Amino acid sequence: MSDEKITIEVDGRELEASPGQMLIEVTDRADIHIPRFCYHRKLSVAANCRMCLVQVENAPKPLPACATPVTPGMKVQTRNQYAIEAQKATMEFLLINHPLDCPICDQGGECELQDIAMGFGRDISRYSEGKRVVKDKDLGPLVSTNMTRCIHCTRCVRFGQEIAGIQELGTIGRGDRVEIGTYIERSVDHELSGNIIDMCPVGALNNKPYRMSARAWEMEQRATIAPHDCLGSNIYAHVLRGTVKRVVPQDNDAINETWLSDRDRFSYEGIYSNDRLSRPLVREDGQLKPASWETALKKVTEGLSALVEKDGGEALGAWVSPSATVEEAYLAGRLLRHLGSGSIDHRLRRRDFRGQEAEALMPTLGMPIAEVESLENILVVGSNLRHEVPLLAHRVRKAAGSGADVSFINAVDYEYLFRVANSIVDPGADFVAVLAAVVEAAGGSIDFELENRQQGSEAHRDIVASLKSGRAGIFLGHMAQRHPAYARILQLAGRLAELTGATLGIISEGANTAGVAYAGALPHRGPAGSETGTKGSDLGQMLASSVKGVVLLGVEPEFDCADDVAALNTLADAEFVVAMSPWISSSATEYADVVLPVGTFAETSGTYINAEGAWQSFAGVARPVAEARPAWKVLRVLGNLLDVPGFDYASSEAVRDELRDLPARETGTIRAELEAAAAVSVRASELDVPMYATDPLVRRAQSLQQTLNAVQDWRKTA
Amino acid sequence: MSSLQKLIKTFSLWELLMGLRLTLRNLFVKKITIRYPEEKTPQSPRFRGLHALRRYPNGEERCIACKMCEAVCPALAITIESEAREDGTRRTTRYDIDLFKCIYCGFCEEACPVDAIVETRIFEYHMEEKGQNIMSKDKLLAIGEKYDAMIAADKAADADYR
Repeated sequence: MSDEKITIEVDGRELEASPGQMLIEVTDRADIHIPRFCYHRKLSVAANCRMCLVQVENAPKPLPACATPVTPGMKVQTRNQYAIEAQKATMEFLLINHPLDCPICDQGGECELQDIAMGFGRDISRYSEGKRVVKDKDLGPLVSTNMTRCIHCTRCVRFGQEIAGIQELGTIGRGDRVEIGTYIERSVDHELSGNIIDMCPVGALNNKPYRMSARAWEMEQRATIAPHDCLGSNIYAHVLRGTVKRVVPQDNDAINETWLSDRDRFSYEGIYSNDRLSRPLVREDGQLKPASWETALKKVTEGLSALVEKDGGEALGAWVSPSATVEEAYLAGRLLRHLGSGSIDHRLRRRDFRGQEAEALMPTLGMPIAEVESLENILVVGSNLRHEVPLLAHRVRKAAGSGADVSFINAVDYEYLFRVANSIVDPGADFVAVLAAVVEAAGGSIDFELENRQQGSEAHRDIVASLKSGRAGIFLGHMAQRHPAYARILQLAGRLAELTGATLGIISEGANTAGVAYAGALPHRGPAGSETGTKGSDLGQMLASSVKGVVLLGVEPEFDCADDVAALNTLADAEFVVAMSPWISSSATEYADVVLPVGTFAETSGTYINAEGAWQSFAGVARPVAEARPAWKVLRVLGNLLDVPGFDYASSEAVRDELRDLPARETGTIRAELEAAAAVSVRASELDVPMYATDPLVRRAQSLQQTLNAVQDWRKTA
Repeated sequence: MSSLQKLIKTFSLWELLMGLRLTLRNLFVKKITIRYPEEKTPQSPRFRGLHALRRYPNGEERCIACKMCEAVCPALAITIESEAREDGTRRTTRYDIDLFKCIYCGFCEEACPVDAIVETRIFEYHMEEKGQNIMSKDKLLAIGEKYDAMIAADKAADADYR
């Protein structure tokens, strides 16, 4: 689109517009409100609700503002009698078949139809014939339906076509018999399908877990950050009397646009799961028994001090969830190092820790998230992208839609829902061999022993050619990071990026891998990449050497660790285990000596650093369940009890600011010399963690666990 | 008025007699005092007393948990929690009115789209223990059942004006 501007006149006001823009885009920007149902700024124009009719000079009939391109000098009236009459007539037609069940409709109070009917509806209906009734569809455990309320704006249909990439809903029938449905009865399974709830202007598609439990006007809307993937989607938690009732997206074009993945939207259910801890637990006579906070904290201090005195600080380790906040990780790291141990790690699903000194300060995409969609070439290595970070997959899909070549090196040929330029599928998940072949095709040489050397094929050369031909990004997914030879993959991907001029990015696990790494929850680095002086072991070494004391921060080793068996054995053999977790799992009752109930993301204040390196702080939105306390406060009190100097933080902001003021040390410039490791063949199913099993919170979200995605994933791993 | 006249009025207790005349007249007028509680004053069908939740003739509770009464209540006396009942209909799991907070304005009754919450003509009630001021859903439904005939009659009497 060219930069030239034209001038139009709306309601007597002169407005500037670009040629080709639709009238409604211009009026929206100028805060002139035109009623609409089917128009949505992120979707294509359908012009089928006819609500946005306006008068355009010299036009024989009222024209829909959403489908009328601006022309130089056009004169538009949006609020004169002619336009209002047209809008009122449309409203009357829409209300012919819409039921008057607002009191029991969950959309009541936030309904676009209700709002616009207040402005443009008649007081009394002139229509006395029977209303149309449509049978409800069962769209799965996330979206409830009440199809009689549908006004056929087709926003949900267009969402499926244009955003999700798979048309799950469509229209059947014509005229007044048109129905929205799946044609053959099935559920909507796309990982972004929850967005059709927000899209629907009426109460036809609604939030099933939230169904009938609150009303829009009585909840408080509090902003926070989604705790599941490295984007850090901006969300609003809707809170009623201290309890999160639902989660909706907050517009942020730099991160999640207007969308939200189902995992971020529905995981809040896990906050109130049945196994939520109400009080601290302390082991007495072999049994975990409820205790007061004083007793539990005393027990922890005594246990940790005794262990350190007996076996030295090295006997102690801490496993931190990659979804812990920056503050929690920072305090945990300081606490542990004060006790003389550097063994703290958050890379729970990692299998290869070689060359960690050479890694960047924190894993990021190397570019702003929004820029991914403007890349011309993308290579993704080892990633079930749609399941790992659904909204990043959407950005990649947008890039592919605007002509980018997207290539994959994967163990399984996943369904990507867009045109894939080159897909190299290696069922043995030998990403090293594939990448080595690509590097060789790019003119690089391989300077280490490679067992399964692959011959470069057309696909390898194509990938190199495309990476060289424009702005390119190489992204390492979760499966690559969980690979037993991740260090080699990282090294080869780095070399490929150098050879082709592409940007290397890492799609990190959890909500805050970047932040937790920056905060110093790493054995080889302190906060902001500083030298710690305290020797520490990484998770692999901790499991091999069997640490004697373990502090768990939001970790359930049986699901969260790559080597779950070794992790559970280590914990079973450990002398003293402190578990800080909002929930009590059955295995924690076996290994834990003290369980401290901490708050979930909704009940604590904190900061996440996302995949573009943005610090996003949030406040607690909900009242902590029973005696649960924010983890940073628990760690602070523990630090005071253990006499850690300078541990008198008054707020999580104070913790964050202290970390932020530390000078960041440049890391990741050293070339790592990797020792050779035996070639390990892994099954793809071992590398791929089910989408709804990534962290303790989402594993407890009942509705998500009933989705087809979850059921299929569990079946695969079982 | 001459000072003589004034003197005569003072000494003949004239003003006192005029006062006693009013007393005497009222002695024979029809009395408005009633012998409460044996006798009671008449009430309007619009009288706003103790609340009740009504049922439909088939026994189904009327309230659909739309929370309009909760929203309109100026004293914030109503607390409602809701969920989908097993048959998929919208129902309350909790419907509390705090009688200490309630100002008996009748807005809840006016806001109700299904005539579920009503204010009856009952005004004689008391609490003996702490917490009895909270009228729970069970209590409100019980009142509705007990005084169903009265509520129906009052509604019918007022129907022409609604």
